[in-house]
Amino acid sequence: MTSVALLRQVLDYANRPDPYPLYAELRRTPVVRDEAGPYLVSTYWAVKGLLHDPRISSDARNLTPEAAEATGQEQDPNLPPSFLRLDPPEHDRLRRLAMRPFGPPHTPRRVFEMHGELAGIVTGLIDGLRGRDAIDLVDDVSYPFPVTVICRILGVPREDETHFHEWADTIAAGLDPVGTPEERAAKMQDVQQARRDLAMYLAGLIEERRRSPRDDMLSALATEHGPDGQMSPVEMITTSVLLLIAGHETTVNLITNGMLTLLRHPDVLQRLRTEPALAGPLVEELLRFEPPVQMLPQRTTLAEIEVAGTVIPKGAAVYLMVASGNRDPQRFTDPDRFVPDRPDNQHLGFGHGLHSCFGAPLARLEAQLALTELVRRLDAPQLVEDPPPYRQNAVLRGPRHLPLTIGGIRD
Amino acid sequence: MTIDGYLEAFRREGRIVVVGASLAGLRAAEALRAEGFAGTLTLVGDEPHEPYDRPPLSKQVLLGKVPADHTRLPRVRPVDAQWRLGSAATGLDLAAKRVRLADGDVLDYDRLLITTGVRARPWPQELEAELDGVFVLRTQDDAVQLHHRLAAGPRRVLVIGAGFTGSEIASACRERDVPVTVAERGAAPLVGALGGVVGEVAAELQRAHGVDLRCGVQVTGLEGDSAGRVRTAHFSDGTAVACDVVVVALGATRNTEWLADSGLGAGPRGIACDAGCRAFDVRGIVTDDVFVAGDVARSPHPLFGYQFLSLEHWGNAVAQAEVAAHNMVSASAERRPHLWMPSFWSAQFGVNIKSVGVPPMADQIMVTQGSLAEQRFTAAYGFQGRVIAAVTFDQAKWLDFYERQIERAASFPPEFTTVDRRPEGRQPVAADFPDPSQPSHGPTVTLSGYSPTDRRVSFTPRRA
Ligand SMILES: Cc1cc2nc3c(=O)[nH]c(=O)nc-3n(C[C@H](O)[C@H](O)[C@H](O)COP(=O)(O)OP(=O)(O)OC[C@H]3O[C@@H](n4cnc5c(N)ncnc54)[C@H](O)[C@@H]3O)c2cc1C
Ligand code: HEM
Ligand code: HEM
Repeated sequence: MTSVALLRQVLDYANRPDPYPLYAELRRTPVVRDEAGPYLVSTYWAVKGLLHDPRISSDARNLTPEAAEATGQEQDPNLPPSFLRLDPPEHDRLRRLAMRPFGPPHTPRRVFEMHGELAGIVTGLIDGLRGRDAIDLVDDVSYPFPVTVICRILGVPREDETHFHEWADTIAAGLDPVGTPEERAAKMQDVQQARRDLAMYLAGLIEERRRSPRDDMLSALATEHGPDGQMSPVEMITTSVLLLIAGHETTVNLITNGMLTLLRHPDVLQRLRTEPALAGPLVEELLRFEPPVQMLPQRTTLAEIEVAGTVIPKGAAVYLMVASGNRDPQRFTDPDRFVPDRPDNQHLGFGHGLHSCFGAPLARLEAQLALTELVRRLDAPQLVEDPPPYRQNAVLRGPRHLPLTIGGIRD
Repeated sequence: MTIDGYLEAFRREGRIVVVGASLAGLRAAEALRAEGFAGTLTLVGDEPHEPYDRPPLSKQVLLGKVPADHTRLPRVRPVDAQWRLGSAATGLDLAAKRVRLADGDVLDYDRLLITTGVRARPWPQELEAELDGVFVLRTQDDAVQLHHRLAAGPRRVLVIGAGFTGSEIASACRERDVPVTVAERGAAPLVGALGGVVGEVAAELQRAHGVDLRCGVQVTGLEGDSAGRVRTAHFSDGTAVACDVVVVALGATRNTEWLADSGLGAGPRGIACDAGCRAFDVRGIVTDDVFVAGDVARSPHPLFGYQFLSLEHWGNAVAQAEVAAHNMVSASAERRPHLWMPSFWSAQFGVNIKSVGVPPMADQIMVTQGSLAEQRFTAAYGFQGRVIAAVTFDQAKWLDFYERQIERAASFPPEFTTVDRRPEGRQPVAADFPDPSQPSHGPTVTLSGYSPTDRRVSFTPRRA
């Protein structure tokens, strides 16, 4: 098979349950130009090298017009990009400002201190399953949990959360580079509408928090001044949209993929029940084995770059296939095996370098808590179908539903 | 006995002596055991303390965040060694394979590892150096005393020498709100290590934090009161400063005096060794039973024209100790070279400074990312058209990339565009290092020429 058609196959919904053989195929040529234009980078060291390479940009404005056209990465004319899609120095400034109320060095204990609150939310969700013998893990636990958490962190009132799900889903669907140009254009319209609605709502909320601050992140962003000053009102909006989407569309897949993987490896599930300390390394292995973000398709070259013998020209679109790098036998022994306590597990699941996941400590804690509690409290969980139905999205990949039968809920 | 047989017996029941029981010595001892060395292992250290870590001494310890006696090095694995702490080695007999100790004991060895490191260069006027309130900072005991004085709230501290250690001390003073004057003979802080362009940024940083920074001056004398306490420092520009604490931070001297007549290639610049950590003797012949690691070593590096490098870098001490340990118990075909990419970090005035490569070798510098004025940048150093080093201020994430550039001898100035390139990053400028023959304070990497020995061997041709 020529590698040229491989991206189309990766994006093809039929391959959603198991894209890994396609990645193995891809790795035979570490850097290859796809028929649609982008360069696909698939081996561990090449991906990692580019994630640390200052000649790579995350800002779509650096794409040549042809590359932008071919990969459908147009700018939203209404809102400037968030720091996910910006380069230094703007990226660094905004990330520092966003980090101030969220993590070190200014607020190092923020995530740690949420442990009790997070545990309470999980317990509440699992308690709610009493009396049921069939559940959908996604709708019942994996989705509501991180969503509730990110809304609480930001300070979104609980009664508004449902609106959020709709907006977030629409925006996340827009992250998927599938479809004909017309389909993509139509989808982009919906995405832009959803972003506008979400932005309007957040603008109102931020204004409210500015006038009467509470103990949440929006209040901190709106009122606190650090060495970098403050975000502009528009920056506050794009940043909170970013945090909301990131908190919505990724952790859900980590928890769901986690339960699915455990049910496929009953010995490991049993081990986690008796050995909760396994949760730490196990979640790292999940991030390697079934990463919720499969590829990073929004990089651009600022200069000609030679990678593994291939020269990528300036202004080209580059897709960093992190899920493929995570299965690279040159880096991981026995890469297609799920080894819950794998040593030296420097996976690419949270990216690497300057854009490496901002929410990683939170996401780790959420997944560790959820999985430990699920295996402890669900009695005799069984998969109803394997593979389960997947979401359309090939980038933020995960099951849409995970129907399980259970014997009951333990205390 | 065959050589292989010898090695087997040596690994089982040989005698290894390690002189210098600090970072390199401890890590080497642990590595020897990890490599399966089962014989007798003796660690000799002149300090009475168990091995401890030095970098915190000028950082967390001076801030009172960590007590000075709480920086013990974590033990990676049991070393099952005989510890001779508090006893200095005073001599080495290469032929008899014997180390003499200050208390008169002798230790016989089959293989010797020397990790005696460096010590702070003292204030040259001995009487002034003995004044109460005059300190250096190298050891735990130094740190205990200095911290004690800083906590007592001195009226003003004078730091002599604005290298990394001096600058970190000044930073700690400011964080404790203690008034501090820094005197530096060079044109700016850190010039010896990072050059004048970056030195200017360090100067700005110091002044912005309220340091009374005086560059281009020398301290000509320290004056005490009748009780022998330091009171005033005099400068070469005729000015004077009243101070009750003086920290002398004029770099380091190698601890090699005890080897003076041993026949080993040891001198003020360190002990020369090959890439496999084997010491050279004065004739330039490599020994096979004496190994060297850490700050006291100088070894040739292929990336830097095979010049001998002396590195006062924590990471180098660990890596070289591990290579030395491996090579001490391995057959020659299995030995490994110590090809460490020099790298260093420092924390001062709220900035995380990191460097890779050998900045003092450079003739040019270019700010490839960020901006000097914002005190957040990445600068690449060039030597004869190649990238030779890089420094970051609060941008450590980019250092890996530049390390690869150094390894690949990439061309300088870099032709490519990067993110965050500013107008100042379009042209290289002179790196502006001071004349190395006039070191103002210790640069952390010193290029020490091509010759394995410090002293000339007298060359007497044999008559035919
Ligand atoms: C205040 C301070 C801050 C530092 N900060 C940093 C930093 O931020 N980053 C960084 O990379 N590096 C830093 N360093 C450097 C780092 O600590 C050294 O590179 C490291 O300690 C070297 O270890 P070593 O074992 O080779 O030498 P040393 O730690 O110097 O140990 C040598 C030991 O041998 C003993 N000894 C000497 N002569 C004899 C003898 N004849 N007989 C017996 N024993 C003897 C000495 O007393 C000493 O205990 C700092 C150093 C200091 C002092
Ligand atoms: C399992 C869950 C998660 C995974 C797998 C994940 C994965 C990733 C990855 C791969 C990136 C890098 C993107 C790039 O390089 O372009 C990233 C960035 C980011 N993530 Fe996460 N993420 C998760 C959860 C979260 C959460 C809960 C938050 C919010 C609190 C969050 C906030 C962010 C932000 C803000 C960025 C952008 C960082 C930047 O550009 O500097 N993530 N994430
Ligand atoms: C990994 C593959 C990803 C792809 C292909 C992708 C692509 C896109 C695209 C095409 C948009 C449309 C709007 C625009 O052009 O600015 C977008 C917006 C967005 N993406 Fe991603 N993205 C990815 C990953 C992520 C991750 C990991 C996060 C969070 C951690 C994230 C958060 C967002 C958010 C919040 C928006 C809308 C808000 C904004 O851009 O300001 N995306 N993304």
